[in-house]
Amino acid sequence: MRNNFKPFLIISGFILIFVPHLAFSQGLSSNELLKNAKQYDGKSIIYSGEVIGDVMSRGEFAWANINDGDNAIGVWMGAALAKEINFTGDYKTRGDVLEIRAEFHRACAEHGGDLDIHAQTLRKITSGERTGHKVDFFKIKLILILLGVLFLVWILSLFRRK
Amino acid sequence: MILRPHLKDLKTIGFYLGKIILGLALTMLIPIIIGLCLGEVNPVFDFLIGIEVSVLAGWLLMKVCRTDDDLNWMQGMMVVSISWVVAMILGAIPLYLSGHWKSFLDACFDSMSGFATTGLVLVQNLDHLSYTHNLWRHLIMFLGGQGIVVIALSFFVRGFSGAFKMYVGEARDERIMPNVIHTSRFIWLVSIVYLILGTLALGITGIFNGMKPFNSFFHGACIFMAAFDTGGFAPQSQNILYYHSAIYEIITVVIMVLGAFNFKLHYHLWMGNRKEIIKNIETRALFATIIATFAIVAVGLAQKGSYSGAVMLFRKGFYQLISGHTGTGFQTIYAQQFILDWNQLALSGVILAMALGGAVCSTTGAIKMLRIGILFKALQEDLKRIIMPEKAVIIEKFHHIKEIFLEDKIIRSALTITLAYIILYGLGALVGMFYGYPFLESLFESTSAAANVGLSCGITALTMPAVLKITYIIQMWAGRLEFMSVFAIIGFIVATIKGK
Repeated sequence: MRNNFKPFLIISGFILIFVPHLAFSQGLSSNELLKNAKQYDGKSIIYSGEVIGDVMSRGEFAWANINDGDNAIGVWMGAALAKEINFTGDYKTRGDVLEIRAEFHRACAEHGGDLDIHAQTLRKITSGERTGHKVDFFKIKLILILLGVLFLVWILSLFRRK
Repeated sequence: MILRPHLKDLKTIGFYLGKIILGLALTMLIPIIIGLCLGEVNPVFDFLIGIEVSVLAGWLLMKVCRTDDDLNWMQGMMVVSISWVVAMILGAIPLYLSGHWKSFLDACFDSMSGFATTGLVLVQNLDHLSYTHNLWRHLIMFLGGQGIVVIALSFFVRGFSGAFKMYVGEARDERIMPNVIHTSRFIWLVSIVYLILGTLALGITGIFNGMKPFNSFFHGACIFMAAFDTGGFAPQSQNILYYHSAIYEIITVVIMVLGAFNFKLHYHLWMGNRKEIIKNIETRALFATIIATFAIVAVGLAQKGSYSGAVMLFRKGFYQLISGHTGTGFQTIYAQQFILDWNQLALSGVILAMALGGAVCSTTGAIKMLRIGILFKALQEDLKRIIMPEKAVIIEKFHHIKEIFLEDKIIRSALTITLAYIILYGLGALVGMFYGYPFLESLFESTSAAANVGLSCGITALTMPAVLKITYIIQMWAGRLEFMSVFAIIGFIVATIKGK
């Protein structure tokens, strides 16, 4: 009986110590974080999304903005971590998709009250790439048709003037 | 006797409308050039289609309605009212073709939001929008801020007496120079000089913040256009929060305040009359209302305890407040945070600031400081009447470029527009509540739309009902033109029905 009780005590102790930090290890969306910001404030979380815009280097640290499809959240990380980012999302690029283990701040005291995330580790889920945009032939047809109509109106206006 | 509009009136309206549409079409060349330089093929196609439709519409109107007649007041007002609606539709074409707006109504919403310098958005996946489209979003703010008709007056009209009628129709009832076309050109001169300086300041800050040089200056130009024209769009979905920079926030505050000043005041400052800024009723009213509304916001935020330090409270509270007061709509917090982290008192402070607005003859919307100042002076005069002996002659004056006697006519005019704005804020809030949104949130979003601010507490979203989208479009349009558009169209309809 005593032997059975010992692992239970160890597991319970482990949960009591680490639960506040690991409770959100399944990953949270930006909407969940924004909606329950007070609940997650100061807690360790896992957040995933695409890096968008610029990775802004600030001395030994850097800012990367990570968009999970609903919202983008600023992630403060060490310069070494930022170096692992190769692609950032814009019109011509799909940015790296990262999984960040980090501390969430509803109103970060270090960054003037910004809602942000301080990254501890990051894992690249998928690498970004240049996205080719195929030429839209429907739009070309529309341009030519409208050009034709404009030309026709011009010709008609010339006749009308005469 | 009311005169019924004739076909001749419609032809005159159509002819000048055509001219303005052609002017608008030419502005689409700017994103086309940028798109070609950056190799963004499909976005260039979107603008080619947009420009062709615009040229076709403008050209047809000018040919069909050809006239040598000058505009009368009613026609001038109608031209302005309709041209803003047409600009919204034509400006929305390239946006919709990009595929980043789910419906044409959504594209029209953002287009009107841009032209009216509001800043509410329904764009999807903004972070992957092309530079070409992003430039257009900000350019329409710049164009709308100066006034669509002002563009036509500045560059495409050689001069006709009807110009002033259209100029007034765009809520610009003050002539800086004796000639309205010279006034329009001065407005452009001020804006272009500040555009260069502002873009440089923001661009250099961007580079120091770690952005790529091209992005720094592109963002700098876009943010300047949105700040000076008190618009509130930004190239990224996080708005100003994207930059994570206090210096960037300070620079945008300065630009927003400059944008909220009367162009007439800018003229006098440029001419070396620096004392005007201290003496002017508008700057005094602006200073007083900023302090008063910030006090409300600060107390509210302190009560809620969302920000642990005074600096943090000031940075977040003051930025949203000044953004709301100047009618810009830049945010350094997420929309949801207004509801979750701010209490009702703090929200009320921002709503009040949004409702008041900046100076007349600026790019801001809302009631505006001159009217607030006049109403305050009128109240002061009435109080004096009660206190002073019955036979005492009370003469009240105010300083706005020159000393002006406070006449009943001035007070009535200020009161009418103030009342019209209050009704507009209320009506939008009622529609919001009809769709189940809480009162304060509905009032917040409605005031933001009608006062052309652009701060959002989360109602403006893809999922909001189409009727609410249309309501906000009408509010943005009526608010930007200071009801001239509404009065003109009502007058035109009444004249058509009852006129002889």
